[in-house]
Amino acid sequence: MMKYMRIAAALIGCLGAAGPALAQVKVGAVLSASGPASFLGDPERKTLDIYVGDINAKGGINGQKLQLIVYDDGGDANAARTFATRLVEEDKVVAMVGGTTTGTTLAMMPVFEDAQVPFVSLAGAVQIVEPVHKWVFKTPHTDRMACEKIFGDLKRRNLTTVALISGTDAFGKSMRDQCVAVAPKVGITIVHEETYGPSDSDMTPQLTKIKATTGVQAVVCAGFGQGPAIVTRNYRQLGIEYPLYQSHGVASKQFISLAGPAANGVRLPAAALLVADKLPDSDRQKPVVVGYQKTFETKTGQPVSTFGGHAYDGLMILVDAAKRAGSFDSGKLRDEIERTKDYVGTGGVVTMSPSDHLGLDLSAFRLLEIKDGDWTMIPNSGS
Amino acid sequence: MAEFLQFTFSGLTVGAIYALVAIGFTLIYNASGVVNFAQGEFVMLGGMITVFLGYAGIPVTLAAAVAVLITTAVGLALYRFAIATAGETNAVTLIIITIGASIFLRGTAEILFDKRFHSLPSLFGSDPIRVGGATILPQSLVVLVGTLIVVLLLWVFIERTLYGKAVIATSANRVAARLVGINVRSIVGSCFALSAAIGAIAGVLVTPITLTSYNVGTLLALKGFAAVMLGGIGSAIGAVVGGVLLGLFEAFAAGYFSASYKDAVAFLVILAVLFALPQGLFGKKTVERV
Repeated sequence: MMKYMRIAAALIGCLGAAGPALAQVKVGAVLSASGPASFLGDPERKTLDIYVGDINAKGGINGQKLQLIVYDDGGDANAARTFATRLVEEDKVVAMVGGTTTGTTLAMMPVFEDAQVPFVSLAGAVQIVEPVHKWVFKTPHTDRMACEKIFGDLKRRNLTTVALISGTDAFGKSMRDQCVAVAPKVGITIVHEETYGPSDSDMTPQLTKIKATTGVQAVVCAGFGQGPAIVTRNYRQLGIEYPLYQSHGVASKQFISLAGPAANGVRLPAAALLVADKLPDSDRQKPVVVGYQKTFETKTGQPVSTFGGHAYDGLMILVDAAKRAGSFDSGKLRDEIERTKDYVGTGGVVTMSPSDHLGLDLSAFRLLEIKDGDWTMIPNSGS
Repeated sequence: MAEFLQFTFSGLTVGAIYALVAIGFTLIYNASGVVNFAQGEFVMLGGMITVFLGYAGIPVTLAAAVAVLITTAVGLALYRFAIATAGETNAVTLIIITIGASIFLRGTAEILFDKRFHSLPSLFGSDPIRVGGATILPQSLVVLVGTLIVVLLLWVFIERTLYGKAVIATSANRVAARLVGINVRSIVGSCFALSAAIGAIAGVLVTPITLTSYNVGTLLALKGFAAVMLGGIGSAIGAVVGGVLLGLFEAFAAGYFSASYKDAVAFLVILAVLFALPQGLFGKKTVERV
């Protein structure tokens, strides 16, 4: 490492004659680029690589180039914590954008709190920012927001008693808990609850019970993977007439192809990035999501995912804060991240405050309805 | 009443799937005394190969036929390169080899295909058939009828052909079978091939209902194995009855108790049955002479 740095220093010295020498500022990233969460961590890593390269090509920030230091924790919280310590003590990073899963993020948070280094997490759970930790921020929307978005649409349609069916996996359980907690606050009554195993192949018994429950006006399914597709098929098989809502966990074209014609009429909340081409031109997020989608897809040849978008938002929030602060002092950086206002990103419009280290409102989710195998935006679904 | 009927239909749908997987276990067990834990992967291969050949533009029926052929070859290869090379060792070693093969096949499928879920179109559309206030999908009936046809063919093969007799002889006593001139290796090898073919057919038939991905085999094998134990290992009729009963237990447990406990209830019932009938419902009593 020392050797390379000497060579680099020598090279910079040579360049010195041509232009001003650029110092390097280290930004850390502990990501789950391999292992079970690699479908999250891999696009995050690629996104950071692309955009840090891009920023440096344009001359860096505040006259300084960024050096991205990435460690792959393989989804293991212990490894993540070790890498976090290394980032802080050996690499002396000025900030960290990373923490792919809730587990790794929670393990790393104390390290950054102690070292007083800003940490922008890319994980989902609301516990990361509630209660607020001084040095910890996050970019992805939460399950609670998905519940609120769905319930908001139900209220608009005057449907207030619902049945809930959820998967018994981590995603389904977490979203179920959030929906149950949030329902009374927005005037929604959950009259019946059912669950299914994540690899079950038939949910008609559960749905039959929902069908037989009196007073149900709509059904909300909280799940991820193939389960919700089977729920949707069984729902139509049983001829249940109430509106069916799915979660952001299935906001992909794959869900439509798995559920087939049964998906018609299903509503669900989704991030703007997934419907980039469907957004009206007046939408503030449109240039950002279309730009990110184009860059990611041409550079990697892979379809864009919201997870990479979270990394993009994390990096850009950090970069904007550094520009405003005019330096890379960790304390000033932290204060400026907290003052992020009206940042238009892939995940939504972010306005943070000392009591809100996420800064997204419900406009982060778009409410979609599936019609004839494609998404349609529901107009006037509010913000 | 309509609810009861709906739970029954659900149980039959799931049960038929378990039964079709369970039959695959029977043949290899009968010929070699090995419980083949890669059976679920045969089911996965049948479904996944059909799906991906379909993506390549090949019509579904042709794709299914090719998938069954490829899976049969995989079954044969499993015997030739993993089981046969282990030589005359005991059944436990061979069972562990099949667990290894199952992990290998799953990993290969993950790299060769992808990690996503896929579906196949139903043979007779997806409009539900209505019976007395309850509904059943045509594909569930296809799986049930398919199961019965496979069992019937298997029964004819085992009981009515000379080759089938040789399978029974091999299963009863390998040494004696060899002494009367039966080529034991070829018998066991063809049983692996046939089991793989049955698994692949199961995969093609159940994919429109269960969907498929590289890792569906594990759970199907587990449920299929439970069905086999319930019905009595080695009995084709037992496998079918065991599978359908297991599906019904699960559906009624989910319907009348709670979906969270349906697996627990189903396995409790199996435990209770095995407590009274350790050899399963249709299993033969084996007496060991000491």
